[in-house]
Amino acid sequence: MPRSVRCSALSASLLAEQVLNGLQLGVMLFLMAAGLTLVFGVMGLINLAHGSLYMVGAFACAATAAATGSFWLGLAASLAAAAAAGALVEIAVLRRLYARDHLDQVLATFALILMFSEATRWLFGSFPLYLDVPRSLAGAVELPFGIRYPLYRLMIIGVGLAVALGLFWLIGRTRLGVRIRAGEADREMIAALGVDIARLYTLVFALGAALAGLAGALVGTLQSVQVGMGEPVLILAFVVIVIGGIGSIKGALVGALLVGVTDTLGRALLPSALGAFMEPSGATAVGSAIASMLIYVLMALVLVVRPAGLFGARA
Amino acid sequence: MIPERWLNVALAAGLLAVPLLAVAAGETFTVTLATKVAILGLAGAGLNLALGYGGLVSFGHAAFFGLGGYAAGILASHGIVSMPAIWPVAIATGGLAALAIGALSLRTTGVYFIMTTLAFGQMVYYFAVSWPAYGGEDGLPIYVRNRFSGLDTLDPIQFFALAYVLLLAALALTARIAASRFGLALAGARQNPARLQAVGIRRYGIALTAFVISGAITGLAGALYADLNRFVSPAMLSWQTSGELLVFVILGGTGRLWGPVAGAALYVTLEHWLGGVSDYWRFLLGLLLLGVVLFARGGVIGLLSGPPRHG
Repeated sequence: MPRSVRCSALSASLLAEQVLNGLQLGVMLFLMAAGLTLVFGVMGLINLAHGSLYMVGAFACAATAAATGSFWLGLAASLAAAAAAGALVEIAVLRRLYARDHLDQVLATFALILMFSEATRWLFGSFPLYLDVPRSLAGAVELPFGIRYPLYRLMIIGVGLAVALGLFWLIGRTRLGVRIRAGEADREMIAALGVDIARLYTLVFALGAALAGLAGALVGTLQSVQVGMGEPVLILAFVVIVIGGIGSIKGALVGALLVGVTDTLGRALLPSALGAFMEPSGATAVGSAIASMLIYVLMALVLVVRPAGLFGARA
Repeated sequence: MIPERWLNVALAAGLLAVPLLAVAAGETFTVTLATKVAILGLAGAGLNLALGYGGLVSFGHAAFFGLGGYAAGILASHGIVSMPAIWPVAIATGGLAALAIGALSLRTTGVYFIMTTLAFGQMVYYFAVSWPAYGGEDGLPIYVRNRFSGLDTLDPIQFFALAYVLLLAALALTARIAASRFGLALAGARQNPARLQAVGIRRYGIALTAFVISGAITGLAGALYADLNRFVSPAMLSWQTSGELLVFVILGGTGRLWGPVAGAALYVTLEHWLGGVSDYWRFLLGLLLLGVVLFARGGVIGLLSGPPRHG
């Protein structure tokens, strides 16, 4: 095989791997964004503490896995802990804020971030915890066209897409979904029709929290589990929602995949692409600086063209 | 209820008296704390113009604060160490950044605006972290505090005086703006955009102008803060800083002239005091903030002098 052809085949498989990495980041962001967008759509609440629930999930998984030696028990614990923390916070604090303006919600949930972070630091200390990939998912798999990819990351993509399908089914096809959509449209009316609206809100909130906890647990094996891990992801999830449109699960999915792939490909390709025009060290610096800004540029473009997001209800 | 005017006078006098007494008692650390209050109050005053008067919930003001700080740090690293030369640059930097971010973010309203400003703030943060020329993640030290002719800026009380005068100037400007035709239009943009439009005023231009002035004031505060710490780092640009600036304004009283100063004073005092009580003082701070949101709406000034005469 001539050298140039082999070279392009190699870079094609590298590119495919980066696209898969982007999808993996994307579905993880989707798990976060779906909860945020549901809570905002149904209750009209902007919840900054969603990142804390992600952190709770990661810590619950790491602590349970360390105690029992089973990642899968850890995963179950992360779902339960995040859903419980979410339900508790909703009942104790957030339900008083639904009728308030966004400023009060921002301040109260900012206060909750401080409390969650400090409580976690008190419980687990300032040093990061580490989670191992379960043995059954360690190693890489051979994909078509000679691409090798870690099985665990492939599993995250699969779980994310399965959750997305599950959510579409839940919202679109079930009785609970009908109530959630009705709650978005007119909360007084469905309360008058005999739906226990307070319980519905707690349920929706716990569902969103569980998704955030799941995301935290799944990513905990790829990164270190530490206090403050949730907020950078939360802000990325906000970018996703602004791009996709608030209240739309479909928008959250499309936005999350767009953001995930753009960010990953930008970081992987820009420095070397710029290397074609300038000397390598400068290209790396400029490339990584620009790559870190790419998704915000994407958000700015969407804001110019469609201020309410790609799938936003309001034009 | 104490009339707000008296409360403002008391705050102004108190912020001046504390460092003067501290100098007399030889407590220079207290002077530094008072300087911090004046500078953070100035940053909050900038945010208050957008948030309190214009109803624009910006979660990205750390961008203007940090860029002002970087303007001071970068100029100092190139040998420009005169504060009267640095300040206009910091003001312009904050204002221009606010123009760019505001022009895009103000296409949205409500919760979208909060998320967009937060995201653009984060963009500036990541840029500062990954751009190595001026320290990147490690930040940029300012070896000797920048100079102001006729004063010794390294003397804490003289540096405090500079910050205090700038704070008074910014508050005077805010009061002028609030009482002007523009200020009335801005209040209209907050209270009822549809009616504002019906009398022939576009919300976008009014809100963007307020946002730019707001960013410029916060940028100036950033330059002073960099000089106070003799250090600039991406931490000044982080989302936590944006959150703290919001906390100053809301804790003191949103849309009240001296609210940000009262909020910053309370915050700095609590930070100092609770920090001595427990390593986990941020938990207590969170609890207190939650209490303020749920039970003491209107902040310190609202609590002491009641709701504003006309909201």
